Amino acid sequence: MKRILFYTNQFFGQIGGEEHANIPPRIEEGVVGIANLFKDKVEGKIVATIICGDNYYSENMEGCRAFLSKEVERLRPDLVIAGPAFNAGRFGMACGDVCSYINKKYGIATITGMYIENPAVEIYRSDTYIVETGKSAAFMRKAVSKMVALANKILRGEEIGLPEEEGYIPKGIRVNIFHQKTGAERALDMLVKKLKGEEYKTEIPIPTYDKVQAAKPITDLKKAKIALLTSGGIVPFGNPDHLPAATAKFYKKYPVSNIEGFAKGDYESVHAGYDPVYANENPNRILPLDLFKELERNGEIGSLYEFYFVTTGNSTSVADATRMGMEIAKELKEAGVDGAIMTST
Amino acid sequence: MKLELRKIYVKDIVFSDKTYTDSGVLYINKEEISKLILEDERLQEVAIDIAKPGDSTRIIPVKDVIEPRAKLKGDAFPGTDGKLDEVGRGVTYALKGCAVVTTGPIVGFQEGIIDMSGPLAKYTPFSKLNNLVLNIKKKESVSPHEHEEAIRLAGIKVAHYIARQCIEARFDEAEIFQWKDLSVKLKEYPDLPKVVYVYQCISQGLLHDTYFYGRDSKEMLPTLINPLEVFDGALVSGNCVSAGSKTTTYHHQNNAIIKECFKRHGKEINFIGVVLSPMTTVLDDKYRNSILTSRIVEMLGADGVIQSQEGFGNPTTDLMMICKRLENKGIKTVLISNEDAGVDGKSEPLPDGTKEADAIVSTGNSNATLRIPPMDKVLGDLDALEHITGGFEGSRQEDGSLIIEIHGILGSHNLQGYSYLGAVTI
Repeated sequence: MKRILFYTNQFFGQIGGEEHANIPPRIEEGVVGIANLFKDKVEGKIVATIICGDNYYSENMEGCRAFLSKEVERLRPDLVIAGPAFNAGRFGMACGDVCSYINKKYGIATITGMYIENPAVEIYRSDTYIVETGKSAAFMRKAVSKMVALANKILRGEEIGLPEEEGYIPKGIRVNIFHQKTGAERALDMLVKKLKGEEYKTEIPIPTYDKVQAAKPITDLKKAKIALLTSGGIVPFGNPDHLPAATAKFYKKYPVSNIEGFAKGDYESVHAGYDPVYANENPNRILPLDLFKELERNGEIGSLYEFYFVTTGNSTSVADATRMGMEIAKELKEAGVDGAIMTST
Repeated sequence: MKLELRKIYVKDIVFSDKTYTDSGVLYINKEEISKLILEDERLQEVAIDIAKPGDSTRIIPVKDVIEPRAKLKGDAFPGTDGKLDEVGRGVTYALKGCAVVTTGPIVGFQEGIIDMSGPLAKYTPFSKLNNLVLNIKKKESVSPHEHEEAIRLAGIKVAHYIARQCIEARFDEAEIFQWKDLSVKLKEYPDLPKVVYVYQCISQGLLHDTYFYGRDSKEMLPTLINPLEVFDGALVSGNCVSAGSKTTTYHHQNNAIIKECFKRHGKEINFIGVVLSPMTTVLDDKYRNSILTSRIVEMLGADGVIQSQEGFGNPTTDLMMICKRLENKGIKTVLISNEDAGVDGKSEPLPDGTKEADAIVSTGNSNATLRIPPMDKVLGDLDALEHITGGFEGSRQEDGSLIIEIHGILGSHNLQGYSYLGAVTI
C-alpha cells in the first residue's frame, strides 16, 4: 500500500487556535485532525501527521525543513498532502514551503489546496500541485474531494492532465504534448472560429515583458567608464569555456586590457544563429573593440572596462536572458561602469 | 490553373543497377547518383545509404530533406534544376513515403538530427520515410557559402533525377488541384470568409536563405504566388536555421497550411491567395515587408489570414509586425509559432509580442530536452553535435546516450504546422 505523509497546522491538527501558533513541529503516528477527512478516501495509508504552528514555521523555516527531512527519510512516503490552507496566508506559506521543499529535495509528489488569491499561490505554484479551493473552511468538503481525486490519480501512477481537467492551479510550466491534430489543422480551426466570432483559445498567451527603465544619459563621456557586451558569441579561439552555440544559459567575461582589438585567429564566433565567416575574418565586426580602444586613446571616452562580456543570444529563453542581464548589470555597477554598449547579431 | 499530382507510394528502397520504381519499391543505381552529384566540381566524394523507418540509424547533421518530384512535361524545381519555366500546372509525379536526405561535414551551425527509431523518431516526420541519405564531402578549397550551395543543389538534383526515372511507372493515386483567378473565386463562394495565407520564409542571408524560382528570397519583395507552384518545388530551402524550426524543402513541397486551406476551401473558407513574405534582418526591411505584405492582403479583400514563420527569435518580430498591421486593418489573423520557454518550461515563451496576436498555435517548447540512446549506425558526423542548436557541451552521457533540446531535431516544431507537437501550460 502507498504511504502518505500529512501536514497541517495547530488549528486543523486540533491543538488549538492562534495562541498555539508558535508550537514547533511534532509528528504523530497515523491520522490526526483534518487528516481524518482524507483517511477513508485516499488509496493509500496516511502513515503520520506532522503538525506545526503557523508562526513557528514562518520564523524557523530552516529548522522546520530539517525536521521534515528527518521524517521523510524515516517514513519514505509516496505522497505528501498539506492543508488545505484556503485563504490563510501563513498556513498557505507553510503548506507551500513543505510541498515545494520535499518535492525539490526528494522528488516526492506533493499536493496542497488553496484559494486562488492566497499569496503563497504565486510563490509555490510551479513547484507543487495546488488544488484550487474556496476562500475558507466552509468549502472544506469540496476541497477534500478535489484533493483526494488528484491524490489518487498520483498514487495510481496515472498521467496527470491539464489544470482545468484536474482542478489544480496552473503551475505556469509549458510542457510539450502531441495533439490529435496537426498545427495547421488547429490553426485553421482557430481561424474559422475567429472569423465566425465564436470563442477560441490561443495556445500561447499574449506575452508580457518587464519594462526596463533606461538609465540617465551620461553627461560627460570623456570621464565615463564604458563596458562592452555582446550576444554575438565572440570567444577566445577554441572556446575554452564551451559557450554553447545556442540556448546559452551562462555568459563569460574575458580581459581586454592587454589587447588593442580582436585579432583574427585569436577570437572566433561560436554563435549558431549566423554564418560566422565574416565574424571570424574580423571579430571586431561583431563587437568593435578596436574602435573603442581608439576612442580611449584619443580621450573621447574616459576608459574602457577591463573585461568584455559575451553570451550567445540564440533561442535563449527570456528567463535566462533576464537573469544573465541582471547579473552582468550588478557587476558593472559594482565596478563603477557608467555606460555599456551591447551588440547583438 | 490546374495541377494533377500523381502519387507513387514507396514502401522500400533497394540498390540496383538501374534507377526506377516498381510495385512500391524504389530501385536506386548508386553509381548513377554518385556521378550526378560529383558533376559539381566543388564536391569531393559521396557515400550513399538507405535509412528506413525502425532502423537503428542516426543521421546527423542533416542539411535538407527533399521529396522526389518531377513534371510529366518540363522541369520541377524551376530556377534550381533543369529548365526555368512556370510551374504549378500540368502533371507532377511525387514519390510519397520517401525522401532524399543530405548530410556530411557541417556547413553552418544549425543542422539537425534524424533518428529512424527510438524516442526521437516521433518528433521528426522524416523517421517515417524511406530515406536515401547522401553523405557529401566538399573539396578542401571550397568556401562555406559554396559548400552550402553545392550540397543544396546536389540534393535537389538527385530528388529531381530519381522522380524523372519514375514518370513512366504506374501511379497509385492522383489528386487534382485547381487555382482559379480571384474573380471566379469570389463568385463561387460569395458567402464564405476569404482567407489568405501569409507564407513567411527565412531570408536573412549568411546561410539563412530560401530560394523562390531559384532567386534568393532576401532580394525580393513580398509577392503574390500560386500555391500550386510550391508543390512543384518553386521554393527550395537553403539555410542552416535551427533544425526544429527550419522549413526543409520537403516541408515547402508538402506545405501543411496550403493543404489544409485546400481541404476547407468551398466548405468553411474561400481560399483566395498566398503571399510569400521574406523575413530579413534589417529593420527597414521588416517595416517594408510588413507594410507590403499586409497591403497585398488588404487589396485581395481578405477577411482572415493564417501566418506561418520560419526560424525563431529575430523572425518573431516580422511575425508580430505583420500580425499587428493585419489586425489593425480588421483582418482576423492566426499565427503559428514555436516557443522557447526554457528547459524548465517556466520562461516567457516568445521573444517578441504584440497585443493583437491573440490567436497563436504553438508547435512546442523547443528548449525541452530529450534523452536519446545510441544508434547502431551513424550516417554523417556525430562530432557535429556540439555545434548544432539543441546540442551542447555535456550532451553526451556516459552510457553513450545523448541529451539534446527539441530544437536540434529536424522538423520537430515546424512552423507551418506540419507536425502534432504543441506546448500547453500545466
